[in-house]
Amino acid sequence: MKNEIIIAGFGGQGVLLAGTLLAQAAIEQGLHTTWFPSYGAEMRGGTANSTVVVSVDEIGSPLAFNPNALIALNEPSLNKFMPRMIEGSIIIANSSIIPSDKEYKIQPVFVPVTDISDKEIKNVKTANLVAVGALIKALELYASGNCGEDSHKRRQSAEETEGDLCDLEDTKILTLKSALAACEKAFSSKPELVEVNKKAIQAGYDFVKQL
Amino acid sequence: MKKLVKGNIALCEGAIAAGLKSYFGYPITPQNEVPAYLSRKMVELGRVFVQAESEIAAANMVLGAAVTGARAMTSSSSPGISLKQEAISYMAGMQIPALIVNIQRGGPGLGNISGAQSDYFQAVKGGGHGDYRLIVLAPNSVQEMYEMAYDSFDLAEKYRTPVMILADGIVGQMMEPVEFNRPEKKDFEEKSWHLNGCKGRAPRSIQSLLMKDGVLEKHNINLQEKYKTISKNEARFETYKTDDARVIITAYGISSRIAKSAVKLARKEGIKAGLFRPKTLWPFPSEAIAALAKPGVKFLSAELSHGQMIEDVKLAVNGKVPVEFLGKAGGAIITEQEIVIKIKEMIK
Repeated sequence: MKNEIIIAGFGGQGVLLAGTLLAQAAIEQGLHTTWFPSYGAEMRGGTANSTVVVSVDEIGSPLAFNPNALIALNEPSLNKFMPRMIEGSIIIANSSIIPSDKEYKIQPVFVPVTDISDKEIKNVKTANLVAVGALIKALELYASGNCGEDSHKRRQSAEETEGDLCDLEDTKILTLKSALAACEKAFSSKPELVEVNKKAIQAGYDFVKQL
Repeated sequence: MKKLVKGNIALCEGAIAAGLKSYFGYPITPQNEVPAYLSRKMVELGRVFVQAESEIAAANMVLGAAVTGARAMTSSSSPGISLKQEAISYMAGMQIPALIVNIQRGGPGLGNISGAQSDYFQAVKGGGHGDYRLIVLAPNSVQEMYEMAYDSFDLAEKYRTPVMILADGIVGQMMEPVEFNRPEKKDFEEKSWHLNGCKGRAPRSIQSLLMKDGVLEKHNINLQEKYKTISKNEARFETYKTDDARVIITAYGISSRIAKSAVKLARKEGIKAGLFRPKTLWPFPSEAIAALAKPGVKFLSAELSHGQMIEDVKLAVNGKVPVEFLGKAGGAIITEQEIVIKIKEMIK
């Protein structure tokens, strides 16, 4: 398994942090990972992105040559990265501010992450992590589609027992459990933010689950 | 558990663990995490951090601190490293151990802030004046940023010479899991040369102006003897599947990772490719490359430049087998697929 994930949005939407969280989740599972930011001239209101590679094998380039997962927190980001995505990519699009009625080359999974963070989590700054939760569930669904009935059943039982999906040889994908654990690390200097961000990840995960 | 940090931060941790006593720098992207992190960390540790008024001032401050025997470093990115060259030449001449870090960006001139590998000539062939060499280390991962920063000070002191870490914006900016696995260095050998006040001993002097008849000639001969010893002892490299390879890619730093992925892709298609990665760019592992230059083998130098390290590969191969090139500069990056396509052309 190898995921080359791009997280993109306005500067200030937390695309760097969301990427860090995914990379930390990979570490929690003992997977190889790299994180690479767009750096330099970005500022609040401009566009920014980060690239996270997660793999069972050693990683070459930290830049995505064959990106297969995208979180687009705004429309310019979706338009910019859509053409680079390989066929069958998983795309989470922030439908709070991206029109969902247009034709797209690859059909995104529309998740109103800004609205969820605002209304459900009561903290609009957590929209990035709502999207992270959504991506994790979408990747999980995609992997279970690819791995057949058997692994899907095993995954369900792993979920019920809160087992680590990483133990399943054929589905070394990021898990909700490791993302929640990564939250504790990512916000260790601001412990008051751990719970709210965990809630945000869970909310995004649950939203895609019930689609 | 391993920590997720940027290459630039890992470099700082390596230097601190090695006993870095004083840092002098001036801001420039993509190395700004280094002074930013050390401005906090060094003060917490009761060590020295100075943001100088210019790059050249910072490099001369390193000279001044290191001549007292303290472990000292500066860091910058390409245009800033050009400005430091005067002090680097002086340190080489005065045989002052110190660390200079170049997190390369696109050039020439102010260029841009993307990662590049176009300062190879400057680092390896002598960016300043005079017949001198720097030991040049080329990390390709966040882990190596930590380890090479740690090792650089011992190397510098062992040979009384400045060491350069030649990384790039990608290795500097990326985060990867890293293990801070080196012991905090606390005991340092008494030096025979440093200037710490001559109370109770004969005065010492270290200078780079050597005007007396024949003194500078003799000094240069001594330096060259030292460089010969370093060449013999310190060339470091790594090989990957070179044993049966028909095409051997030579690549350092970030390019070597992309090249390794390309080797794996090529091997999947049954193409016998391999990778030779210099970890020291000076001394260059010429003998090891020469040993691989057997009939039927071709070399491919893959770089984020328009062809710099390839000159040393050609010198090592000495005309015995062909050496070809693939590279891009100015912030562009070569992909695994492009390397595989090039390999296929070469074995046609």
